[in-house]
Amino acid sequence: MIRKQAFINCHFLIPVKAALRVFGLALLLTMGGCAIQSHGFLQPAGTIAVADRRLLIEVVLLMLIVVVPVLILTPLLVWRYRSKNTLSSYHPEWEFSLWLELLVWGVPVLIVAILGYMVWVKTIALDPYRPLKSVEKPMEIQVVGLDWKWLFIYPELNMATVNKLVFPADRPVHLTLTSDTVMLTLLIPRMAGQIDVMPGMKTQLNFQANHTGRYLGENTQYNGTGFAQQKFTVLALSPNEFSAWVGQVRRQASLLNQAAYAKIAVHDIAQHPIYFSSINGFLFESIIARYHGRPEIKAGTEKTRTTATGTNHDL
Amino acid sequence: MISNSYWNPWFGKLTLNAIPTDSLVAMGAASIAVLGAVGTIVLITVFGKWRYLWSEWATSVDHKRIGIMYVVLSLVMLSRAVIEAIVIRLQQAVSVNHSGFLAPEHFGQLFTTHGTIMIFFMIMPFLTGLINYVVPLQIGARDVAFPVLNSISLFLTAAGAFLIMASLVLAPFSTGGWTGYPPFTGIEFNPGVGVNYWIWSVSLASIGSTLTGINLIVTIYKKRAPGMRLMFMPLFTWTSLCVAIMMIFAMPPLTVATALLALDRYLGMHFFTSGAGGNMMNYINLFWEFGHPEVYIIVLPAFGVFSEVFATFSAKALYGYTSLIVATMAIAVLSFTVWVHHFFTMGQSANINAAFGIATMLIGIPTGVKIYDWMLTMYRGRVRFTSPLLWAIAFLVTFVIGGLTGILLSVPPIDFMVHNTTFLIAHFHNVIIPGSLFGMIAGYQYWFPKAFGYRLDERWGRIAFVCWTAGFYLAFMPLYVLGLKGMPRRSVETFQSSFEPWLLVAAVGSLLIAGGLISLGIQLYVSIRQRDRARVAAGDPWDGRNLEWSTSAPPPEYNFAVLPHIEGRYPFYQMKKLGHAYPQQKTYQPIKMPKNSGLGPTIGVASAALCFGLVWYIWWLAIVGTAVIIAAIIVRSFNRNTMRVISVEDIEHTEARWHAILAAAVPVSRDQENVPANVGLAEFMS
Amino acid sequence: MTNSTTPLPRLYPGMNLGETDPDTHEAAEELVFGFWVFLMSDAVLFALLFAVYETMVNSTAGGPGAAQLFHLKPTLIETLVLLASSFTFGMASLIMKFKQHVVLLQIALIGTLILGVSFLGFEISDFAKLTRQGAVPQLSGFLSSFYVLVSTHFLHVLSGCIWILVMLIQLSVFGLDETVKTRLLRLGIFWHFLDIVWIFIFTFVYLLGLL
Repeated sequence: MIRKQAFINCHFLIPVKAALRVFGLALLLTMGGCAIQSHGFLQPAGTIAVADRRLLIEVVLLMLIVVVPVLILTPLLVWRYRSKNTLSSYHPEWEFSLWLELLVWGVPVLIVAILGYMVWVKTIALDPYRPLKSVEKPMEIQVVGLDWKWLFIYPELNMATVNKLVFPADRPVHLTLTSDTVMLTLLIPRMAGQIDVMPGMKTQLNFQANHTGRYLGENTQYNGTGFAQQKFTVLALSPNEFSAWVGQVRRQASLLNQAAYAKIAVHDIAQHPIYFSSINGFLFESIIARYHGRPEIKAGTEKTRTTATGTNHDL
Repeated sequence: MISNSYWNPWFGKLTLNAIPTDSLVAMGAASIAVLGAVGTIVLITVFGKWRYLWSEWATSVDHKRIGIMYVVLSLVMLSRAVIEAIVIRLQQAVSVNHSGFLAPEHFGQLFTTHGTIMIFFMIMPFLTGLINYVVPLQIGARDVAFPVLNSISLFLTAAGAFLIMASLVLAPFSTGGWTGYPPFTGIEFNPGVGVNYWIWSVSLASIGSTLTGINLIVTIYKKRAPGMRLMFMPLFTWTSLCVAIMMIFAMPPLTVATALLALDRYLGMHFFTSGAGGNMMNYINLFWEFGHPEVYIIVLPAFGVFSEVFATFSAKALYGYTSLIVATMAIAVLSFTVWVHHFFTMGQSANINAAFGIATMLIGIPTGVKIYDWMLTMYRGRVRFTSPLLWAIAFLVTFVIGGLTGILLSVPPIDFMVHNTTFLIAHFHNVIIPGSLFGMIAGYQYWFPKAFGYRLDERWGRIAFVCWTAGFYLAFMPLYVLGLKGMPRRSVETFQSSFEPWLLVAAVGSLLIAGGLISLGIQLYVSIRQRDRARVAAGDPWDGRNLEWSTSAPPPEYNFAVLPHIEGRYPFYQMKKLGHAYPQQKTYQPIKMPKNSGLGPTIGVASAALCFGLVWYIWWLAIVGTAVIIAAIIVRSFNRNTMRVISVEDIEHTEARWHAILAAAVPVSRDQENVPANVGLAEFMS
Repeated sequence: MTNSTTPLPRLYPGMNLGETDPDTHEAAEELVFGFWVFLMSDAVLFALLFAVYETMVNSTAGGPGAAQLFHLKPTLIETLVLLASSFTFGMASLIMKFKQHVVLLQIALIGTLILGVSFLGFEISDFAKLTRQGAVPQLSGFLSSFYVLVSTHFLHVLSGCIWILVMLIQLSVFGLDETVKTRLLRLGIFWHFLDIVWIFIFTFVYLLGLL
């Protein structure tokens, strides 16, 4: 089950790499047997998810240094010093030992020092904003979170989709995201971690599919009655399949303009993916800019109002 | 449910439509709430107990009574929130590729009330109740520093709980989750009254807790018995002190967050709106500046309980007293430096995430130290498997699993994967249930004999323990798996068939937990029935080590006829060791105690009216409520007759009766702890 | 208190009555300490409102900002009025401690009350002026945070004024007894605290805004 992995190496752990694999397998099995293989980042399909899974296993192993003794020693202590066992020693006023104290403080300090170092390195390496290393230019896709669907705009291809994110495998993808409703969170469990989307703000996410396939994407931030159904399909295609798919979308003559956008932006669930063969200058930025204008105020004011930016872009 | 434009000067937006007749489940819940309330009122009337309840309980400012009332409130709310948890689990178990039996809107209300109740109206009152009862006894004080303020805190919390209960009948409640993130909870996306209910009930609880914090700080700093230095204080008092300090700093952010959200909703301001300069991230920061310390506010008192329980039932001094205090203080301070880890996914820079991730891990150090200190307390002790100790052991073993997953979540790249999934749900239940609720139950079973004068039934205690722990593992371990598979939290339905078995197991687990709760109820019932065979009036059923065990059970209202003089740690253990545990006093001084006061209940009722008025836009009610609060405080300030004196004769009489019980009591060994022979006098063990 | 040993000279920030009235000094110990703890939590509340204001100071959403709306002269007058009221309260505290003269004390408190109420009046007229300009709290995040920060202080001063009023009556009814004294001690701390908060508002909201 362990595929070709783009390890982000942790040098101090190289000697235990083989052991890691065994432990990793064992961990996966204990955490949910075979069923777990079908979803989630424990069966990663993207470079980021692969690195995240590896990190998960490393951190668990390090933590077991503290956890396992508790799990083993607690029952042993309880049994050995049970009140019925009058053979064990009894020191009712013993309450301190310098050596034990050093051990009790020292081991966690050491482990946290190691973990802290790992966190620092890995957080920066796996920052969702950090472009992935690749010879190819990342594919730019803009994402708009709506109630209760996702709009994906492909500016380079001048097209858009709803609830279907399609890109070529083995090429980095760079998402720029915003929301035209409340705060949402985008997650493609087998591909990359979550990123929040908020109205009037932009966030970013970089990832890359390791191989072709069909994956699940979802919203994980509760946003009302349609929340549970705000899922979308992720398709990672081979370059040929991808251009075929683009051609297929192009053949449907549907235009994403203000009117079409208003239609998909209503609070509802999209039963099926929607395709727009042309966006004709429809601006992702205009959705963001809408939140930076000035609100309507009922109280009278003679001051001149600056025009709200972004609401009257010609679409 | 309610049309937005409708408004009536007498009833605001409240109409008969508020009664949730459209849903069978909601209607059932409303009926239970109404029947429960009516039934209680009828029973009190039939037994003619109104006067007794008013003069002995509602107006009482005795810290012991207030503590008990807090715990009763907490147990009532616990019952409701556990039922909600079961409904949530059942819905998820039957809603794989199927819509289940709950409407999404109703499901949203359920997870919101479940979380809000568990945090603000279950665990907070529970720990406040235990602290209230125990701390003054542990430090050798006769009451808290501000007894009337204590009563006000209680009734503010009760008013908040009332609002949540009222929302069952006059629905709906918020669907925004216990964290209430805007802009979803803003007026634009949630124009109904649900969020108003959430805002005002939480605000009341938050103000009540702030006042409790002030009270406790002054009590612990200023009211310790002569000679009791800070480093002589029992661990439970130490954790209470830390908690009180944290309340002072952590509650204002919550008050500010909910108040600003209310201003957005009621006055159209732009703190957290999208657009017009509003910034929802401010809310999220404010909320978690409260929310993270809150985690430790609810966990630390339980750590205090475990410290008492491990030492007592190992018949041994606590290992690493100083270490445990340093660790507690470190946790309290660090808890204010990690709030960003609740939103690693919000798009801030990697450096910020890394810094907060490391800060979060730092908390693992003192927590780990505590775990090992408790284990070392059992080392070379004589461990007795009584119910409180069982909870403590279950805590040790279970909590480290929660700690492990907590460290996982503190690593931003891993958090990106499992944040907002059921992994997170599993983690925080894994921390809070063993780390806080088990502690509270252990504390309840440990101090119950002190508070009521008889022991709880041990057999039902064990059954409850087995149900709770087994139920916990069944209910939450599957959620870890589901979270790793990417199941979002708060899903009313799911679409992966492979989720089904895990969800079914979790549902069974939740039913087992309900069995645990019922067992606790049966335990209480059985214990009351058999109380005459379990009396421990002499006051020391567990061979305790701290001052609270040196009084009769239940203690007299003045706690200590003569304030004890403290010369070291574990004062009662030292007294027993030296053989003068129960000194006979020749003379007593009259004791001044505060008189009962109706101020607390008055402010409670008035603030409930004020907030209910605000929820439903019934302005006259809100104005009347405010006016009553202000008037009540001013009127009270003119009352000079607030103290009464307990005469020397009364004290002599009470003390003589207790000493007679002591004289007649036969000391029992620890083997006889749970048999009728244990009347609360312990054989000294060496 | 039952112990007959001589009480230690306890000192806490603010007025101490130890030299002139040891009994009240002893009784004030817990009360004043508790009040300081309360003020600490109140200070946290203000600190958060300041933080919110600072994050929103540029969120004008195209509306007017601090430089267009604020004027130095009226706020300077407000500041001086409030400072003067702190001075008169200081006088009241000294009278309470050394003169123990009810009428003089009431005069000093009435002076404080008049200054406090005029401060409130100035603020109301400020708010009214802003509203007439159309700068209402609903206009932008900046204005929401400004109004809430300043009016939270306003509400504190208002409750301080009501408290002074109540104490004036209590002085007439009960004279200068222990309870009245400990309440005046706490009222004094409260009043000076509000003054300090206002200095912060004056500096960070008005002066920095006009810079």
